[in-house]
Order: sequence, then C-alpha cells, then structure tokens
Amino acid sequence: MNIKDLQGYYMSIIGKVDKRLNDLYSSKAEEEFNNRLAENGFTRRDFLKWASFITAALMLPPVFESRVAKAAAVKERTPVIWLHLAECTGCSESFLRTREPDIATLIFDQISLTYHDTLMMASGERVEKHLNEAIQQYKGKYVCVIEGGIPTRDGGIYLRIGSDGETGLERARRITKDAKYVLAFGTCAAFGGVQAAYPNPTGAKGVRDALGIEIINVPGCPPNSVNMVGTILHILLFDKTPPTDLLYRPLWAYGSRIHDYCERRAHFDAGEFVEEWGDEGAKKGWCLYKMGCKGPLTYNNCSRYRFNQGTNWPIGAGHGCIGCSEPDFWDKMAPFEEPNEKAGIRIPGGKGVEATSDEIGSFLAGATAAAIGVHAIGSVIRAKAEKTVKKESE
Amino acid sequence: MMAKSVSVKAGDKSHLVIDPITRIEGHLRIEVDVKDGKVVDSWSSGTLWRGIEPILQGRDIRDAGLLVQRICGVCTWAHYEANTMSAEVALGIRPPTNARLIRNMINASQFMHDHIVHFYALHSLDWADVGGALKADPVKASELAHQFSKMPYNASVDHYKEVIEKLKKFVASGQLGPFSGAYLGNSLYKLPPEGDLIVISHYLDALYIQVILAQMMAIYGGKNPHPQSLVVGGITSVMDMLDAKRLGQYTSKLEQVGDFIQHAYLADIDLITHYYKDEFVEGWGCGSYNFLSYGGFPETNDWQAEYRYLPQGVIYDRDLSKVEKVDEKHITESVAHSWYKGPEKGLYPGDEETVPEYTGLNPDGTVKGEGKYSWVKAPRYKGKMMEVGPLSRLLVGYASDHNNMREMLDMYLEKHKADVRQMFSTVGRTAARALETAYIWYGAHKWVDDLVANLAQGDERTWTRFEYPEEETNTSVALYEAPRGSLAHFVRIKGKEVTHYQVVVPSTWNASPRDEKGQRGAYEESLIGLPVPDLEEPLEILRTIHSFDPCLACAVHVTDVDSGRVKKFKVEV
Repeated sequence: MNIKDLQGYYMSIIGKVDKRLNDLYSSKAEEEFNNRLAENGFTRRDFLKWASFITAALMLPPVFESRVAKAAAVKERTPVIWLHLAECTGCSESFLRTREPDIATLIFDQISLTYHDTLMMASGERVEKHLNEAIQQYKGKYVCVIEGGIPTRDGGIYLRIGSDGETGLERARRITKDAKYVLAFGTCAAFGGVQAAYPNPTGAKGVRDALGIEIINVPGCPPNSVNMVGTILHILLFDKTPPTDLLYRPLWAYGSRIHDYCERRAHFDAGEFVEEWGDEGAKKGWCLYKMGCKGPLTYNNCSRYRFNQGTNWPIGAGHGCIGCSEPDFWDKMAPFEEPNEKAGIRIPGGKGVEATSDEIGSFLAGATAAAIGVHAIGSVIRAKAEKTVKKESE
Repeated sequence: MMAKSVSVKAGDKSHLVIDPITRIEGHLRIEVDVKDGKVVDSWSSGTLWRGIEPILQGRDIRDAGLLVQRICGVCTWAHYEANTMSAEVALGIRPPTNARLIRNMINASQFMHDHIVHFYALHSLDWADVGGALKADPVKASELAHQFSKMPYNASVDHYKEVIEKLKKFVASGQLGPFSGAYLGNSLYKLPPEGDLIVISHYLDALYIQVILAQMMAIYGGKNPHPQSLVVGGITSVMDMLDAKRLGQYTSKLEQVGDFIQHAYLADIDLITHYYKDEFVEGWGCGSYNFLSYGGFPETNDWQAEYRYLPQGVIYDRDLSKVEKVDEKHITESVAHSWYKGPEKGLYPGDEETVPEYTGLNPDGTVKGEGKYSWVKAPRYKGKMMEVGPLSRLLVGYASDHNNMREMLDMYLEKHKADVRQMFSTVGRTAARALETAYIWYGAHKWVDDLVANLAQGDERTWTRFEYPEEETNTSVALYEAPRGSLAHFVRIKGKEVTHYQVVVPSTWNASPRDEKGQRGAYEESLIGLPVPDLEEPLEILRTIHSFDPCLACAVHVTDVDSGRVKKFKVEV
C-alpha cells in the first residue's frame, strides 16, 4: 500500500468499523466517559477538537471524526506492557512529553500502563510477580511495547533482568508470546539502533529480526510522541494495526519524506544553501543539504509535526536531518555533516530550478490541506494547555 | 516462569536480591545481606552492557557527539555537550560567546528537567505513600501546604478533593498501572496523610511541568529528547538566537517553571525534611567520605575552572574546611570486580582497554560478590572512592564559598535548625538536588541577560572554524558536570577520525562495585546500616539508591576504545 491509498483503505473498512462500534456502544459507557471528561476539566468541545486532531494526524478521511469520538468513548482501557531492553530510555522520555493527549490522561483514562520499568513504584520480586500475573490475566489481550534492541551474541548475556538473570532475548520472547499486538518503539527496537552500529559488539537486533514475529515499527531516535501515541490510538480505535510500508512503519507517519514538507524546501529548489555553520545563509534559514541534511533520504513526518508540541525541530534549529528513522542510519547516513555522494540527489544550480517532481513530491492536495488543519487544531489544543496552567497558578 | 524467592537465609543473615530496580534509567541489581533488620553488606551490579565504545572507533569526530548522546535519553544533552567540548579541546578551539551562552541556557533546561522528573516521577513515591493520600483531609492538606509555602502550588481544597477522587477511582478500577504492587501503608513512610497528598498532587503537576521544560530545550536545541543543534565549534540555531520571539518564549517558560520550583518543589523538600528529621542525620544513607565535582557551566570563553557556575573541587574525609583542585591525571578505573579483563590495579582512562570477561552468576542466581559481578567499572580519584552529583557540588560550593551557594545552603539549614553535617544523608542528597534546581534557575536568567547584552553589541557569531590535525592529538579531556554528577570524555583524533574514546560517567562513580582493595562504591557504602524491617518491601534501600538518581545506561554503556583493538574484541563466557 502507498500513502495515497490510505484514504481509500479506510473508506473500504468503514462498514466493519461501524459494526464494531455499534456492538461496543452503550449509552451508559458514553455517559461515564462524559463524566470522566468533565472531571478532568475538559469540555465536550475540547474532546471533539481532540478527535479531529487525531483524525487528521492518522490521515483518516474526515468522515471518521465522529467515529474516533465514539470509539474513544466506548472502549475499555487496554493493558499495555512496556519492556526496556538495550536502550537509553529516550523513547519513554519522548512518550512522556505527549500532550496529544497528555500523559496523565493516557495513564488514567486511555490505557492501563500495566508495566513500565521507569515508572513502576515497586521493585524486584514484587514487580516481577506483578508482571507475570498481568501476562496471565490479560493473555492474548495486551499490547506489548518494546523499547530497545535485543543483544543476541553469546546467547544474549549482555542483558540480564530479574532475580533469575533472564536474558533480554528470553524475556522479549516470553512476554511477546501472548500479546495481541507488539509495537517496536524507536529505532533500536525496530532495527537494532545505536548498539547495532558497526561493529555491533553485542549482536544487537531489532525485535522482528531477533524474534521473527509480526510487529509494527515506530522508528526514530527517539520517535516523536505523536507517532507513538498515534499508533497506540489507532489500535485502540480500530482494534487493528495501521497500514504500513515495506519496513512495517505506519504509512500515516512514515509515508512521505522529510524533504517533501520541509519549510526550507523552497531554498533547495532555488539553489540557496548554507555553506558553513553560522554563515549568512544559516541566519536566513537556507537549505541544509550541503551541510549533510538527510531529509531527502528519510521517511518521517518531522517536517509536518515538528517536536515538543510544535516548538521546533532539528532543521528548524539549523542542523541537518540525520535520518534517525531509517535502518542502519548510524552507518549508512554517516558522515552526518556531509552530503551522501552515492545517494544520487540532484542539487539544483545557483540560479534556481523547477521543483523536482517525483512521485511523493506531487502528493495529494487533500493531505496538505489536512496538515494545515492539524496545525490550526494543534494551536487550539496548546491554547487550552496554556489556559490550564494559568488556572493552576492562580 | 515465575521469579523465584529472592531472599535466602544463610545462618543468621538473610541475603536479598532486588532486580530489577525500577524508577531508574537502565538496568540495575542490588544485593544486600541483612542481619538483625539492618543492612550489613551490599553489592551493586549493572546488568546490561551495550558496547558503544568499539562503535565510535574510526567515526567522523563531528558524528561522535550525536552517537554518544544515545548513551542516555534522560540527560540527553550532557554527553552531547561533553563530547563536543572534549573535541574542541583536542582541536584547540573554543566556541564564541553566543554559543557558550546558548549552550548554558539549553543545559539549564536540561538540569531543571532532569531534577524535577527525577524527584517527582522517580523518587517521590519513596517518600510519599499513595495509600496515605487516599485517606487525607483536603482542608487540612491545604493548611499544611500553607505552612511550608506562602503561596503553595495548586493547593486549593477543591484541587485536593479532585486529586483524591481521581486516585480513588483509579484504585477502584483495579488497573493500578504504575502504582501496582506499591508499598502502601509501609511503616517507613513518615509523612502525615495530608503530606502524602501534597507530594502526590505535585507528582501529577510535574507531568505537565516537564513538558514545558522539554519545550524550553527545543527552542534552541531543536527537540527533546536528543536535541540536535550542537556542532564542534559552536551551535547551529543561529536563526532562533536572532529571533527575539524565541527569547520571549524561553523566558516566559522559565517563569512558569520557577513558580513550580519555588512553591512546589522546594516546599515539598521542606515538608519532607521536617517529617523525616529522624533520618536527617549524618550517615543515614550516606556512606561516602569523599566528594568530587569537576565544575560546570563555563562563564568565560576559555572555560576556566574557577569561573564556572557550578564549582570545581575535591573534599576528602568529609572535611569541609579544605577543597582541593581537580587534576584528571589522578582518575583511574579498576576492573578487579567488573566483567572485563585487565590488571587488578586501576589504570588512567587514556591507557585502558576494554575486553569483556563475563563470569556469570552463582548457581542460586546471586552475584559472585568475591569475584567479578558488574558491567560497571570502579573509578577512583587518587585511589579513593568518590561520590558525585548535586550533593557533592553543593558541598564543594559551600566549602569553597562559591558564588552564593553557602548562603543558599545556610538558609535551608537554619530553617530546619540543622547542622551542615546532616547533609551527609539521603535527605541531604535529596535536598541538595532541589536547592541546585533553584540555583540553576537563577543562572538561566543570568545567561539570558548576558546573551541579550552580547547581541546588543552586534556580535552574531555562533561558530568557530577549525582545521583537522594531521597527527594524532594527545588524549584530550573535557571535565563536565551532568545533572547526575561529574562526567569526563577522553578523546584522541587523527584527521577527521576518532582514534581513542573513553568516558567516565557520574553513575560509574556512584554505582561502582568494589575496587582491587575491596573499597565499596558510593551506593554500596551508603546502604550499610539502613533498616530493612520487612524483606518484602525494601523501601529504605530504594529511597537511598534512588536519591543518587541512578543512570545505569550511562554507567555501563561506555568504556573505552583504542585504535586497532576492535579485532581483539572477543567475549569469553
């Protein structure tokens, strides 16, 4: 499937979605949900705004907006078990920064974060027992999120967890076995990541390669919270994984290149480049391709959503993209401050050329409109957040 | 597979294994011997090794910062900047004034973020009991909050009612999430129920404050975690720097955060100090005698140690009358009890190599305490164990009367009618982190002012040009302070390539296993003597371990790399 086919795909399953929602729906559940919203200081209007944000972010057809709202109101809390393997906790940290919806809402209302090393109150045997019970209790129902690569060399001895000294490999195999969905969050879990860079001393692999199981990859170092939360919400809303590309990445997030929506794209087309850090071009926000930007080689939505509620993103801060959501980027994209000679990117000359009109560049006009819509809705959500803070400080 | 019982009776002692230690970054195991309800011996073991060091071999020096940054997603700026500074030392350059100030401003947001997230998300549940909060009286809670702050944060009776309702519903739902298996009602919790409620309500508020702090980092850093605007020679976010709107965003967020630091974080520390005064005694959860700080936040363009905002120095034997200057030549690392090959005696990081030698666990699953038992090495300064982190920095600042650090600590001590020696404790370590958060908050204002003044003079430079060395450089070191403590990156460069890389990180000092002389590390030493009335709920141990803010990802992920040695990289099990 291609990103262009997304809207058609969702229209084709709309009947099934409606049937599922009708089966799950009860007026009591909706009333309870509305009460919960009110308790958390959200109006019905805030909620509908949120539903349209999610609809646009997941690239769903606009008719899905009311269905997203309905699904959020009727679903049960889904247990999530979040495992940490060979990782730096950056993905968890990024997940914690979400405001779409905010993490407190996620923990309390949307999902049940049944197990997460970084947040669990208890330690040691108590927490191991809790984890084992949860796996039994929610057998075949829970979402297993994996953060981190899996060391496989020498039987996986480079990571041992728990009082039995279980290896990361054994633990991942045991806990994914009875999961309904397995999500690999971050480039380490998806493709091995930094520890798998040459010469990969611990034989680190991504989850799919290490275990040979079906998963969804949400790469990035770390992934934007929008992409992680969006993937979880997709599962909650449809009880289905989102359509993916050949690397098992959700198309709605990884279906187009950074370059295609880059705010500096016009400078690329006009042949205006930063030649040295801090030069006049850098002050004017010219294209970073000659400073090694990997935007033309990287599939992700950073240029559309930016990071930290739209505050900024690497190219916005004047640094090239390093391609962090692509497999083996530490080796294949390096050196990061020089253009890739073998990539075959045609650099426009000094006088400016027409935009390169490749398949993705001539993307659906509808999607662009959706992106603009998202931006506007995003600012409404931010305004709401500011209001909350103001209220709190009074 | 069920985890087996972790306490083993052996004679009159019980042996307790706590693994995994949660609410930390990375993978840590603690084992202790308990006799008559007290810890009599302890072992700290890092249980993951990622081997990032051989990966750095031969990489472009400009890529190394981004790669070592991935050691840790929590102190996501620290390794990036420390690497960049060590490369700049090797190349003989320094970034221009604007770049130094922007780096300090980004680093300030990192420090405040790290300390607040640590205290609330990772540490507060060691002090405050969720079970207590459920029983609290909202009216009394509001009164109590006003005792510890004139303008307590989010402390209305209605708000407290809402928090209780939220917690009750949450508990009633049966899906407890992060609170599952919590040590509810444990007798080692000492706050009144209203105190529990105040701290836990701020636990929820902090979830939003940390979002603002991450936005602050993103303004000039591009994103958080793993910002991307730092380059060898300077910074790239020149457009953001020249945009006055960006500075306005930074300062307004700084004020929002300041409100929380002042009226929530510091007030909660006073509350905890007050109710945990039985534990606010010298030696309770602090077995360290020596304290080290490299100094952080350069205030001059040549990074002079004496003009850094966070002070540099070494304190020996808890003697606060003398502070010694730091010389990195005295740093050594021992692998006598670590899963690496090497001589018994510690070596200077510039001379070490790293060959893993995993010797496994005992047949009953416990660590081989007499032999090798951790992926963490044992760093020493002049052969002595050191504690690093906010407590060390505050004590060095106090002892050397650096800026206004002495007055700051004296104010806190006077409020609690305490002596400075009581700071050698778990409570002291936790308070030091909070005081430092406020100190850094003041610093951020200063760097904003300095930046405005420098830009007003027409200086727009953000980067210093450099040339690559034809010959291999000497081992070059940047001494740096990360939120968790002293961090040093050792690097050699030839042409564009990294030929040697070695990092000695804060948690390696603190989580260190024994060295060749059998000296324990700071975690291990600090657990001795702590009460463990209930082996099922080792709350006091967790409280002390967490007070160090363990970052095991850092401690075990990086050791060293030397050119041509990658081939030798063979693991023997």
